[in-house]
Amino acid sequence: MAVTDKLLFSLSLFREYLANYLKTKMTYRADFWVEVLSDLMFNAANLIFIFVVFRHTAALGDWSEAEVVFVYGYFMIPYGIFSCFFSLWDFSERYIVKGEMDRVLTRPAGSLIQVMLENVDPPQLVGSLVGFIIMASAWASLGLPVDWYDPLVLIVMVLGSVMVYAGIYAALSAVSFFTDSPTGITPLIWNIQNYGRYPIEIYNRTIRFFLTWVLPFAFVGVYPASFFLERHQNFAMAWLTPVVGAVVMFVGLRIWNLGVRRYRGAGS
Amino acid sequence: MASAYLEFIRIRFLTMLAYRVNYYSGIVVYALNIGVYYFLWKAIYGDASQLGGFSAAQITTYVAVSWMARSFYFNNLDREIANEIRDGSVAVQMVRPYSYLLVKLMQGFGEGLFRLLMFMLPGLVVVMLLFPLSLPAEPWRWLVFFLMIWFSFLINSQINLLTGMCAFFLENNDGVMRFKRVLVDLLSGVVLPISFFPGWARTVLEWLPFQAIAYLPGSVFTGTLNGPEIGYAIGVQAVWSVALILPILLMWRVARRRMFVQGG
Repeated sequence: MAVTDKLLFSLSLFREYLANYLKTKMTYRADFWVEVLSDLMFNAANLIFIFVVFRHTAALGDWSEAEVVFVYGYFMIPYGIFSCFFSLWDFSERYIVKGEMDRVLTRPAGSLIQVMLENVDPPQLVGSLVGFIIMASAWASLGLPVDWYDPLVLIVMVLGSVMVYAGIYAALSAVSFFTDSPTGITPLIWNIQNYGRYPIEIYNRTIRFFLTWVLPFAFVGVYPASFFLERHQNFAMAWLTPVVGAVVMFVGLRIWNLGVRRYRGAGS
Repeated sequence: MASAYLEFIRIRFLTMLAYRVNYYSGIVVYALNIGVYYFLWKAIYGDASQLGGFSAAQITTYVAVSWMARSFYFNNLDREIANEIRDGSVAVQMVRPYSYLLVKLMQGFGEGLFRLLMFMLPGLVVVMLLFPLSLPAEPWRWLVFFLMIWFSFLINSQINLLTGMCAFFLENNDGVMRFKRVLVDLLSGVVLPISFFPGWARTVLEWLPFQAIAYLPGSVFTGTLNGPEIGYAIGVQAVWSVALILPILLMWRVARRRMFVQGG
């Protein structure tokens, strides 16, 4: 199959899965709103942290409250998109331990794509929207200029950030292929999504290095957002976002495929 | 009968021992978390010597010890219960001659005990070497702290039982569980001591059970709570751990009657 054919095929699958998702969701309508609320709550908790902390201090390093909020708003956009397509919370439990992966592998579509689509979670996109609004209002209160290319740059940056997330989590989910632990790395996934939203300068060199080059979470928040913040503009790191995104995504997919090849089925 | 419950603790302890990946990944995450928050708080303090009743040295200790305590009291009982309700295996467990909820509690305790011995204590030593902590000099403060995190475990697990049992009433309680998780992390004071919140919020939080999970033991350990306040803090924990029994039993009674197994 040519690459374009494959892509078209996956897209048509996406439409089917989405239709299915909507049908099942309509039966549990209350769930939908509980989910939206609980996801927003996660972001609200982090924003509350920022607001409460800034009642006690005027600046974080040399970043003002509005600038930190700006970065957080930006972070919410790729995070929402990522969570919509990658809600693999109980991947190892459902797919490895219970053997659902067998079913996935017998079908003629990419295994990662199938797993992603089976778990697609559109309510998460509400978070992206809220993030955009937060970023826009911080943008206004900081009095930043709006250039014609800003929307385009934003799209490129967000895509880069989403790829960083996707690559890291594809790789982390693939860890489940190599072990047989029941909860696997779910707690890990939950815990590390918080990094990279605060100014990177406040950390020491080890953590800075770690968040930039090992688990590059700095590229889902502070680096790409700095493009728009006049006072902290860091063009080099900002433009590295799509590059790092592509590299991380590539590595993540390789690890995933390696894991799939190792998968032998859990029986029963 | 009691020995049967002890057996559940032992089995869970051994199960935990078998899954090494969780263990190693957990160590990395907690070390990173403490590191990240350490520098975040350092930046927040800047030149200030005292914020929200905590000195810069105290907040470092507070953050480190809170995360370490969290490794002990944290568990996924809510998720386990919800899964067992959803796949129907709870029905089988109800037939057995033991209290389902008590068994869950014991399993959670086995897990906590594992993390206390294999994780929290060695972790504390490592953190002590990496970051400048001001540990309490009085031995009794350590004892009180360990008593208090035992209550933390109890209260946190009770809240988990309640959220897990929501699956009896909702077809899908994932949202509720996620909601609870965020709520507990924010309002218990792991990431942000209650004393940093504005006055009105503090008043509200003091009437909720969450502060008893992390803020109270953490404050006693760092020495921001002293003298009679310590007795009061333990009292608050004790009252909550007793008070939460009532809604749990109530919910359990109602749930048993209206239980239906999906799929099965």
